[in-house]
Amino acid sequence: MWQALYEELGDEGFVPITIALDESAEAAKPYIEKAEPTHPSLIDTEHVVAHRYGMINVPTVVWIDEEGRVVRPNAAEYGSDMFLQFHGRESGPFLEAVRAWVKTGEVATDEMVPSTMPPPTADEEMARAEWAIAWFLHQRGDSVAAAQHFDRAGELSPDDWTIRRGSMPIRGQNPMGPEFFELAKDWESRGKLGYADMAARRRSD
Amino acid sequence: MSEASFTMIEDGKAAPITVSVDGSVVRFETAPVLSALGWNQKPEGLCQGDVCIPISNRPELITEQGLDLVALGDVLGRPVAIDAAESVVSIGAPTDAHGDELLGGRAPDFTLPDLTGKEFSLSSFKGKKVLLIAYASW
Repeated sequence: MWQALYEELGDEGFVPITIALDESAEAAKPYIEKAEPTHPSLIDTEHVVAHRYGMINVPTVVWIDEEGRVVRPNAAEYGSDMFLQFHGRESGPFLEAVRAWVKTGEVATDEMVPSTMPPPTADEEMARAEWAIAWFLHQRGDSVAAAQHFDRAGELSPDDWTIRRGSMPIRGQNPMGPEFFELAKDWESRGKLGYADMAARRRSD
Repeated sequence: MSEASFTMIEDGKAAPITVSVDGSVVRFETAPVLSALGWNQKPEGLCQGDVCIPISNRPELITEQGLDLVALGDVLGRPVAIDAAESVVSIGAPTDAHGDELLGGRAPDFTLPDLTGKEFSLSSFKGKKVLLIAYASW
């Protein structure tokens, strides 16, 4: 989908950069090979981008203008309606808004998209520090010690799916399995936090 | 008191660091830690360029035995996670600097590889409208 958008708008100074928040290039490879992208399609095993942009889930889309400014911050957006029944966010209006932005420079506002993305809270930053320990221990082969730090990171930042679900494949858990349903239930019980809610929470922190 | 080696993780990089261990108290070798984090110890305190943070009110922060890293994290506004049993310490991003960048609407730069290992930086796409799309197989 992003490749099609690139082919449509690439000549007008537009480029999509896709970033896989996967534990290895191998895990992302089938998706990338299927998409056959000619735009940059990158691998972020250490969640550098998730951290720098304060992301809490995938997919997350950010609009960045010619000057390197974020003109529309973190939002869950979709390039197609394949999983519409699960998330309920239609791709059509979003893709039209991107086309309008590329052609006219106008950035459409949307109630699901915060005007700015406030930085992560101290607890969220600590969660990332715990994640870094977990990732290091995992790579060293200490999966038991790593698990404690993945857990701690999840406790500190319970609405961050990049931490809680993103660690499942690393921990040998099925991200579509029982642990996922448990996580989804927990997330629902705390109010199904999305980016607009997260922005409000960070502002009041 | 004995000497030991820890791994210090900061900004995605892991490096060995010497520590002194006294019971449950771990103190880190001062100069390498400050240098890794971009700070200098001067008579007026901890300095980064023209900015200095006085530390005279914290006599326990830096002693002859080394540095209290958790306390330093407090002073510098950076979260510090320690696993003493595994000899690993992780220093998180400076909360203020990170916050200023996001609040100012500047897109944080990053450099990441593609499947072939070729590296790309966001900053090399200046002059283009970029749609950043984070996704995952999970």
